[in-house]
Amino acid sequence: MPAPPAGVSAADFSAALRKFEAAVGEQWVFKSDEDAALYRDAYSPERDEPTERLASAAVAPINVEQLQQVVRIANEHKIPLYPISTGKNLGYGGSAPILSGSVVVDLKRMNRILSVDAGRCQAVVEPGVSYFDLYRYIQERNLEVWIDTPDPGWGSVVGNALDHGVGYTYGQYRDHFGSHCGMEVVLPNGELMRTGMAALANDASWADYKYGYGPYVAGLFGQANFGIVTKMGFWLLPRPEAYRRGTVSVPKRRDIVKLVEHVNYLENLGLIGMPGFRSPLGFAQAREPELRALVTKPGGPSDEELDRFAESKGLPSWSVELQFYGPEKTIAGSWDYVQQRIGSSIPGARFEEGAVYRFPLTAEQQAQVQRVHRLVDIGVPNMSIFAIAGGRTPQNPDSADGGQFYFAPMIPRTGEAILEANRVLGQAYRDAGLPYNQYFSAPACWHYRAFIMITSLPVSRLDPEINRRSRAAFQQIAKVAAEHGWGEYRSPPFGVDLVAGAYSFNDHALRRFCETLKDAVDPNGIIAAGRGGIWPKHLRGSRA
Amino acid sequence: MNSGLQVAIALAALGLASAASAQPPANAEGKRVYDYWCLPCHGPGLGLPGFGALPGTQQLQIKYRNTNISPLLEERTDLVPEFVKVIVRQGVSFMPQFRKTEISDAELEALAAYLARNNPSK
Repeated sequence: MPAPPAGVSAADFSAALRKFEAAVGEQWVFKSDEDAALYRDAYSPERDEPTERLASAAVAPINVEQLQQVVRIANEHKIPLYPISTGKNLGYGGSAPILSGSVVVDLKRMNRILSVDAGRCQAVVEPGVSYFDLYRYIQERNLEVWIDTPDPGWGSVVGNALDHGVGYTYGQYRDHFGSHCGMEVVLPNGELMRTGMAALANDASWADYKYGYGPYVAGLFGQANFGIVTKMGFWLLPRPEAYRRGTVSVPKRRDIVKLVEHVNYLENLGLIGMPGFRSPLGFAQAREPELRALVTKPGGPSDEELDRFAESKGLPSWSVELQFYGPEKTIAGSWDYVQQRIGSSIPGARFEEGAVYRFPLTAEQQAQVQRVHRLVDIGVPNMSIFAIAGGRTPQNPDSADGGQFYFAPMIPRTGEAILEANRVLGQAYRDAGLPYNQYFSAPACWHYRAFIMITSLPVSRLDPEINRRSRAAFQQIAKVAAEHGWGEYRSPPFGVDLVAGAYSFNDHALRRFCETLKDAVDPNGIIAAGRGGIWPKHLRGSRA
Repeated sequence: MNSGLQVAIALAALGLASAASAQPPANAEGKRVYDYWCLPCHGPGLGLPGFGALPGTQQLQIKYRNTNISPLLEERTDLVPEFVKVIVRQGVSFMPQFRKTEISDAELEALAAYLARNNPSK
C-alpha cells in the first residue's frame, strides 16, 4: 500500500481506493509501489531526488460514468487527482502528477473515436486516442481528410490540445487547442458539462461552431485544473491535391528582418503552412574553424564580419523552408509569387525548388518522403523526433542515458526580435554555464502569430548533477526572459510557478482570477493541483 | 555468422524449418502488440532526415556496432522474455516505461514471447 497523499488520512485513502476499485474494477486501480512507479515521469529532471513528483496510485476508468464516480469519491475523501490522457507529454511531466501523492487518473482506456466526418472535416475523440490511432482510422476508411500531428505520434489528440501543443501544417490546424471545437468535461463536483454547440440538449453540430452562446469557457480547460476533459471535437484539413516545398535563402545577417516580414505576409494570407527558419551559416560552424573563432572572440562578431565570412564561403546567412498545400497549379503559382515578391525585395535572395507530392501517396512514395523531410509536414504521425532526444551518438556511443525538457519562450514574430532574443538568451545561457547557439538560433513557428525560441535542456536517469544544472539554468533563463517580456508557452512541472508567476500584470490579476475560479468550482482542490500554476487554497502557501 | 543463418540452422536442427514457414506467424498477439507499440521506433525504415534509421533501431545500431547482433528487435536471436519485460516496464535511455493501461501484463507476456521466439536457448 502506498503512502497517502499529504493531508489525507490513511483511513480516508484506503477507503477511497476501495471505492475506486468498486467503481472501475479492482484490476484498474494501481496501488502497489511497482505499479505506481509506472507513472513516473521518464524525463523528470528531479529523478530520484526528494522533489521528484510521484503518484501515490492510479485509477483507470473506461467511461465517463466511471470517471464521474472517481471524481465524486475523491471529493468525499479529499483525494488529489491528476488526469493524464495518454501520458506521453514527455518534457512536460509525462504521466506523473505535479503534486506528489496525487492519484493519477489514467484516461488511456477511454480511447473511442466517436466520429470522423470527412465532409465536414471534423472528428470527435476521447482522451485515450493517439494521433496514430486517428490517422489509422482515417486511412483504413480512405477518408479524404488529414490530421495535423505533433512530432511524437503516440501522444493524445485531446491531451496535446489541452497542453497547447502544436503541429506543422496551416496555422489554424497546427494550433491544436485552437483547432478544437466543443468539449465534454467532468467538473470537479462530478457533474458532466459540454461547451459550444455540444451544450445544446440535442446537438447537431458539436464540431461545427465553437462558441455556442454566451461566454467561451472551453479555454479554461487547457493548461488548467477546472475539470477533466472527456471528449473533444477537432477540425481536420481536407486532403489537399498536392504539396510543394521551396527554400528561400538570403545573404546578409540583417536580411532576416525583411525575410520574416515577407513570410508573415504569406502566412497571414493563408498561402503557406509552417515556415522553417534556419541559418545555413550557423550549420557551417562544425566545419569552419575560422567561423568558430569569430563567434567565440571577446565581444562577439559584428554583423559585417559575419556577412564577410558568409560571402567568402558563398553561404546564406538565413534560409526559410516554405510549405504549400492545395491544388497543384495554385501552389505552383504561390511559389512563383514568393520568388517575385522576395526576389524583388532582398538583393541576392536565392530560391530552391523542393519536393512536390500529389495525394494520396502510396506506401512506397511515403517511405521515399522520409528521404527528404519529416512526415509530420504531410500529416503523417511517426516517432522520428526521438532521434534528437539524447541517447547514444556516434561521438558518444556508450551513453545509455537520455531525455530532455524545454525552455520555450514566446517572442514577437519579427526578425529584430530573433536577433535581440539571441543576444539576450546567449548571455543568459553563458551565465548559466550552458551552450547556446547565439548567432544562429532560429525560432520555431508552431504557434503561427509568435515565434518560440525553444531550446532543450538535458535530463539524466543516472546523474542528478545534470538535472540540477538544467533546472537551475531554466530558472535563471526564464527570469531573464520575463524581464524582456518573453513568457513560456508550456512548462515542466517544476517550473509551473516560475512560468505562471511571470504573467504578473497588475499584481498577478490573472492568477488571482484563476484562483477565485478554482475556489468556486473545485472547493476541495482535488483536480490537478498546480497545473497552469493554479493551486487550491490549502496549497497556495507552498507555491514556489 | 549472421543471426538469420543461426536461426535457420537452429530450426533445421530441430526439424522445424519447413513446418515453421508453413504456419501462421507464431504468437500473433505478441506480433500485434509489437506492431502497435514497438515498431514505430524499432522497425526498419528511415528516421529523421540525417539519421538513417528509426530512433530505437538507430540506438541499437550504435549499441551493437562491432557485433553481429541485429539492431531490429524482431530479428534478435538472443532476447529472453524477462529482459523484454524489464525494459518495457522500466524504460531505458530516452525510451519511457509503458503502463499497464498501454501494455497489459498479458500483452507483455505475449510481446516478450514474440521477441524471444528466435532464441534457440530460451
